[in-house]
Parts: sequence; structure tokens; C-alpha cells
Amino acid sequence: MVSTQPILSATGLTMEFRGFVAVNNVTIAVNEGTVHALIGPNGAGKTTVFNLLTKFLTPTRGQITFRGSDITPLKPAEVARLGLVRSFQISAVFPHLTVLDNVRIALQRPSNLATQFWRSSSALSVLDERAMALIDAVGLANYAHLPAVELSYGRKRALEIATTLALDPAMLLLDEPMAGMGHEDIGRISDLIRRIARDRTVLMVEHNLNVVADLCDRVTVLARGEILADGSYETVSADPRVREAYMGTEHD
Amino acid sequence: MAVGTQYLAEQPRPRALSVVFGAVAIAALVAAPFAVYPVLMMNVLCFALFACAFNLLIGYVGLLSFGHATFFGGAAYFTAHAVKVWGWEPLAGILLGAAGAAALGLIVGFLAIRRQGIYFAMITLALGQMFAFICLQAPFTHGEDGIQGVPRGHLLGLIDLNQPLAMYYFTLAVFLFGFFAIWRIVHSPFGNILQAIRENERRAISLGYRVDRYKLGAFVMSAALAGLAGATKAIVFQFATLTDVQWQMSGEVILMTLLGGIGTLIGPAVGAGLVIALQNYLAASDFPVTVLIGIIFVVCVLVFRRGIVGEIMALMKRKTG
Ligand SMILES: Nc1ncnc2c1ncn2[C@@H]1O[C@H](COP(=O)(O)OP(=O)(O)OP(=O)(O)O)[C@@H](O)[C@H]1O
Ligand SMILES: [Mg+2]
Repeated sequence: MVSTQPILSATGLTMEFRGFVAVNNVTIAVNEGTVHALIGPNGAGKTTVFNLLTKFLTPTRGQITFRGSDITPLKPAEVARLGLVRSFQISAVFPHLTVLDNVRIALQRPSNLATQFWRSSSALSVLDERAMALIDAVGLANYAHLPAVELSYGRKRALEIATTLALDPAMLLLDEPMAGMGHEDIGRISDLIRRIARDRTVLMVEHNLNVVADLCDRVTVLARGEILADGSYETVSADPRVREAYMGTEHD
Repeated sequence: MAVGTQYLAEQPRPRALSVVFGAVAIAALVAAPFAVYPVLMMNVLCFALFACAFNLLIGYVGLLSFGHATFFGGAAYFTAHAVKVWGWEPLAGILLGAAGAAALGLIVGFLAIRRQGIYFAMITLALGQMFAFICLQAPFTHGEDGIQGVPRGHLLGLIDLNQPLAMYYFTLAVFLFGFFAIWRIVHSPFGNILQAIRENERRAISLGYRVDRYKLGAFVMSAALAGLAGATKAIVFQFATLTDVQWQMSGEVILMTLLGGIGTLIGPAVGAGLVIALQNYLAASDFPVTVLIGIIFVVCVLVFRRGIVGEIMALMKRKTG
């Protein structure tokens, strides 16, 4: 379902933190149905771009369009409700809830089971089957009743992906989804992302270039807040400026 | 395996144990007026409900309100006025008081909810002081005198609440209703979302939850239940005065809740019972009550960080593994 129609696009995104320009005039278009990578050295501004696209930060300048409508003035919860859902670089789970409850929290809202204060929470058992299927898909079936805080780092990341997927979003923004994972888990999550992308769009920040080469249809390279290159992995990785940025031998 | 610092969220306990404990507690409350002066017990029940309502906010949402006296004392004024001046039936008067407290909660919550931590506490304190000032000045609250001589009347036109036992069992029924309402809210789909917001607000937002609305909802529920307590107290004691809307009252409910155990369902009720019992016991002596309560507070914060009930529950959990 790879199309050339952008589902998400941003033009002239700029973010200044008290004079420090973390993101400078970034224009990016993510085509529907693709897996798009955002890469770049540490501190390049990748997470800041994610925060801007999902409105966790308000851009100093620039405009963001998702599925044809301007989302620049929206609040982050509203952006999520439109189907643009993110994960966090520092794994974000609900630590004292079980793995099952973590996923059910995500399912509650679209199932209209979030505001009933007069009902018993046992009413949520109708969500168990879907929650377990998602948990199984990320390989956590054996841990469903463990509090999330007791999971290893890699498993927390897997749980976060399951929770994000529970919303069945049109587009996922994944910030280093495989950081801290072992070889086997990386393989499983790569497969999962490939499956997800059959009918969804994924924008991901990833440091593991093998994963990027393997998984992504398109790559955007960010360095010091600016876009350095944009294109297929082959084109981008051949670009001497990209190589320099990654080697840390920037010229000025 | 439990996390040591986790005193906010209550761990699920064996169901049977809770049921047995609950049954014993209710039996004790039913028998109480034959052992203890009923007015004292009614005072305890009103403050216990107030503290439980306050705990709904701090223990299950993580918001420290320093203005809850507004809802407790405000409801007392509404109820006292409705019953005394308009001649309302007592239950209707109490429901009006609770509804009025909910409305006040909506206003205060709307203005405060976007603030975090200490700023939230400051705004609730400031609004509470404003409300106390209004109560001092408004004609219907009768300034320093308050509304005195509120008739207890006949419940639903049938039961004479001037009978101490009738008044007591009615107060107990109100307390149990409020307590189970809180229990239901905490263990509901809505309660699950509150817990998620408390544990990781950013994540909840990223899942599309409009967290401010959930917090505001909980704030209004807490205010309404605090109001229920204050309204009932106005009928029990037959007056509504400035004492109940002033900041000292907001402080007292924080103390009760901390003492009993934040985030445990019964902790605040236990804390309220202890504080009221102490005040009552020391009222006759020369010893300054506030000083002693201050000392207890400091000891509690230093030694029993989870509060009395919180510490007991942690002990039991360690024993049962
Ligand atoms: N809230 C903030 N206030 C001030 N500076 C910030 C803030 N957030 C990010 N920055 C700065 O912006 C720059 C970009 O940070 P960002 O986290 O977006 O980088 P990144 O590309 O995600 O890096 P990494 O690969 O390490 O995750 C950094 O220099 C960072 O210090
Ligand atoms: Mg980052």
C-alpha cells in the first residue's frame, strides 16, 4: 500500500529553547503506508521533532498537516485521537499496573469504557481477549499479570508498542523502539513493525542502521536541528555529508 | 516483590479478608452508640467521610487541595439555610448542600486543575480564602454568628431526627453511602484511568486521554462527597459556622488523611477518628490541643510515612510475602 500521498507533513518547523535552536526550519513529508526513518547523531533534535509533530511541544514556527487537516493548534491528546500516536524514547509504561492493565488502559478509550465511575472495573474483562492478542504479538504473553515495573527494559519497550498498537492508529511515531533490546527481540519487533506497516504508516527514530536499512522505505537525516538528507537508505548512506555528520567531523 | 516507596496506590488485598474486615467494622459502627456518646461518634463519621473524600483526590489522583474546607463548610451553609429558612426536609437539604459543593468544586477545579504540585495547592488555598471571606460578608451566612438553631426535622417526613439514635443511624448510613461511593469510583473503569494518569500523565495524554477532564471529574466528586459530609454535620450539630470554611479546617483534613494513610481506603477514616478523639479527650484539659496534634503530625511524617493504616498494610504484605 505504498503511496506517494503524504499522510503527515510539516513545513518550516522551528523550535527554540530560550534562544537555542533545537530544530531549524525542518520540512518533512511522510507518505501513507510507508516506514519512514528519522536518523541523526545524538542531540540532533529527533525527539524534539517528535514532540513537535505530536504537539507535546508547540513549535516556535511552522505548520503540521495530518491527513489533510492542520493540526498545528491542537493539544497532544487531540492529535492522538485523530490517529497519530507516539511512543517515548524513555520507555513510558504505567509501572504499577500489570502488563494486561497497561494495554487495557489504551483499549478503554476507543471502547468507551473510560468514564464510567459507577461501574465495577470487572466490566473491563470484555477487553481481555484483544489485550492478550496484542500482548502475544509482542512476545509478552508469559508476563501478562506482572506489574510493568518488573519487566526488563527491552520488554517494557515491547509493552509500549503493544499499548500504542491497541489504539489502532493510522500512524505511529516510535522513538527508538528497539533501544535496549537483544538480538532476538529486535528481530521480533522488526517483523511486527513490518506487519503493522501493511495498513499503517510508521515514522521511527532508530540508531541501529541495519534495522533502518532492512525496514525503512525512506530515511530523513537530521543533524544539529536541520535536515541534512532525505531519500532511500542507499542514497542517504552514500551522501558524504551524512557520513561526516555520523563520524563527527563536521566542517564549519 | 512490592516496591517500597509505593504508598500512593493501594495493593489489591485478598477479597475475603476485606469482606470480613468490612463486616466487623460495620457491626462495630452499628453497636457504637451504645458504648460511645452518639454525638461524638456522629462527629467522627462526618469527619471520616470528609477525610475519605479528600483522599479520593490526593490518594488516587495525586492532587493536594488546600481548600477543601470550602466544600465541607460551604455545603453546611447551603443545607442549614435550606432547612432553617426554606423549611426543607433534612435529606433534601443535605442533597442540596452536596450539589452546591459539587458546583463550587467545578469552579475551583476549573481554575486550579491546569496547575501542578504546589501551584495547585496555592490556588485552592487562595480560592478557599476568598470563599471564607464571602461567607463572612454575605448576609445569608450571618457573619461571625453563622446559621444557628437549624432544626433536625423529620427524615422524609417520617423519622424524627431529634432522637439521638435515629440521627446516629442516619449519619452512619450517609457515611457508608459516601464510603462505598469512593470505593466504587476507585475500582471503576474511571478509577483505572485516574491511576494511569497518576502513574504516567504524559503517556495517558499520548493515548488520547484529556487528562484535565478526568482530574476535574475527580475533583468535583471529591468536592461533592466532602459537601455531603459537611451538610450532614450541619444537621447533626444544628448549625453552620465560619469554622468549617476556614483554612484551618482544610489543614485538619490533610492531617487526618496523612495520619491514617494516603491512598488507603480506610486510612483517612481512622485518622479522622483519632484526631477527633484526641480533641475531645484534651478539650477538658489545659494542654493545648494544637501543639499535641502538631507533635503527632511531625512524628507521623518522620516515622509512619505511609500513615497508620498504610504501615499496617505494608507489614501484612511483608508477612504474607
Ligand atoms: N526542553 C528542552 N529545553 C532545552 N533544550 C532542549 C529541550 N529538549 C531538547 N533540548 C535540546 O535540544 C537538542 C535536541 O535534543 P533531542 O532530544 O531532540 O535530540 P535527539 O536527536 O533525540 O537525541 P538522542 O539521539 O540523544 O535521543 C539537544 O541539544 C537538547 O539538549
Ligand atoms: Mg531522542
